[in-house]
Parts: sequence; structure tokens; C-alpha cells
Amino acid sequence: MPALPLDEAGIYVAAAYVVFLVLVVAYVSIMARHVARVRRDLARLTDSEEPR
Amino acid sequence: MTRINNHLGAAAAAALGIAYGLVFFYAPIEADQGFVQKIFYLHVPLGIVTLCGFMAGGVMAMKFLRTGDRRWDMRSYVAIHLSLILAVGVLVTGSIWARASWGHWWVWSEPMLVSFLIVFLLYCCYQPLRFSIEDPDRQARVACTFAVVAAAFVPFNFAAVRMANAVTHPRVLGATGGQMPGSMRLTFLVCLGAMALLYLALWRLEFERKSVAFAVRALRRSRERAPERLPQPAIPISRPPAVAMER
Repeated sequence: MPALPLDEAGIYVAAAYVVFLVLVVAYVSIMARHVARVRRDLARLTDSEEPR
Repeated sequence: MTRINNHLGAAAAAALGIAYGLVFFYAPIEADQGFVQKIFYLHVPLGIVTLCGFMAGGVMAMKFLRTGDRRWDMRSYVAIHLSLILAVGVLVTGSIWARASWGHWWVWSEPMLVSFLIVFLLYCCYQPLRFSIEDPDRQARVACTFAVVAAAFVPFNFAAVRMANAVTHPRVLGATGGQMPGSMRLTFLVCLGAMALLYLALWRLEFERKSVAFAVRALRRSRERAPERLPQPAIPISRPPAVAMER
């Protein structure tokens, strides 16, 4: 099969790399949200311990 | 969370930057496929790292079954969870490449594509199986047994496909892969290393996040059960307690 012209091939290449980037960014942002939730829980636990 | 994680994340980002710099500014444009072949430097390392992640998950599960140490179960869970997410990337990038090269989003007669889809669907069963069991010990045992069996299937499946006659999908690594020019080979190896580093960084991030979340949850439960008692000593993060894992 002959190679695609650069303008058409560029769209496919960009799409593949963007999909990967979106996947990694989504994963890291979900992890960051979970970390923030764990930190909140930990702070709540520490606060509840202080009056004792 | 820890300094090692920050360093690993920075190293992975730098390695990926270098790798994709090489892809677009150093590696030559392939004569047959043209510019579309640049997807190769993303798709193939992603596929290799994903399959290795599934197998690593199996090895860690085996360690749990041998030692009974819950940390190995959690490590195995994180490896499989991360590999499953990356496998989505492999399928999507492969599909885009297939559309650009062959004119089809998917070719059902191609053993390499179908075998990867089978592996992906097999591992899609891991989480529903795991979270359908409430008892923490039984959950870990069943999930690890599944992980070991599924991991054994991955290389077997890969070898069977390599022995089959390819229809359209190229066999990059192996006898014909030796014909890759030096600049392409170097770029590919750098991309593979960068992808492995990214996997390691993400794996550590999720593992530590889960470990801390487990420790916090166990602490909260111990408080709820015995509110009148004095505060319990902090549960070591490195040894997660026997509580059922949540998503």
C-alpha cells in the first residue's frame, strides 16, 4: 500500500499520540484526586484525635 | 507522595520527551509506510510494557500465594490495573495505525490483533471477579490465582501467535526486526525504556496511594470499633491490613 501523504498521515499520527497523552493525563489526575481525598481523610482523623 | 516517586515521574517525563524528540527529529521516515510509521514508536513499546505488566502482576500474585504477604497482592492488583488501562491505549493506537496503513480500523483475520484483544478481555474479568468477593483473604487468594493463570496465558498466547502465519500485521521483533536501521532501532529502544519508566512511575504512585488509603481506612475502622480506647499506634504503611480492597 502506498504511503499516505503527509497531511493525511499527520492526522493519524497526532491522533495516536493525543490518545496516549489523554490516557496518561486522565490516569494521573484521577490518582491526584484520590491522593487529595486520602489527605483529607487523614487530616480529619488527626483533627478528631487532638482533643483526646 | 515520596521523593522517589517525584524523581521517577520527572525521569519518566524527561525520557518520554527525549524519546519522542528522537521519533520526530532523528528517526528517518520509513520508505514503505511513510510518516504513519511514527505510530510504531508509541504502539509497540506500549504493547510490550502492557504485556510485561500483566506478567509482572502474575509473578507478584505468585509471591502472595507463597508468602501470604498482602503487599504482594496489592502490588499485583496495581500492576494489572495499570496494564489494563495501558492496554486500552494499545488497542486504540493500533486501531488508528491500522486505519492509516490498511484502511480498516480492525482486521479480525489477523492473529496478533485478536490475541491481544483476548488477553485484554481476559484481564477485564479480573476486577469484577475480585470485587465480587467481600472476604479480604478469599478475595486476595482468588484474585491472585486468577492473575497467575492469566499471566501464564500471556507468553503462551504470544508464542502461538508468533508461530502462526501473519496476514497483515508486521512482526517487528525477531528475524525480520534485525533489518531495522540503526537510527530506528535506537529510537525504538529509547521509546521502550521511556515507556517502561513511565509504567514504573505510575505503578509506584498508585501503589503508595493505595497503601496510604488502606492504612487510613483501617485506622478509621479501629477508631469506630473502640472509641473509648486511647488512640492506636499508626499502622505501618508498608504492611496493609486485612481489609477488603475497594476500587
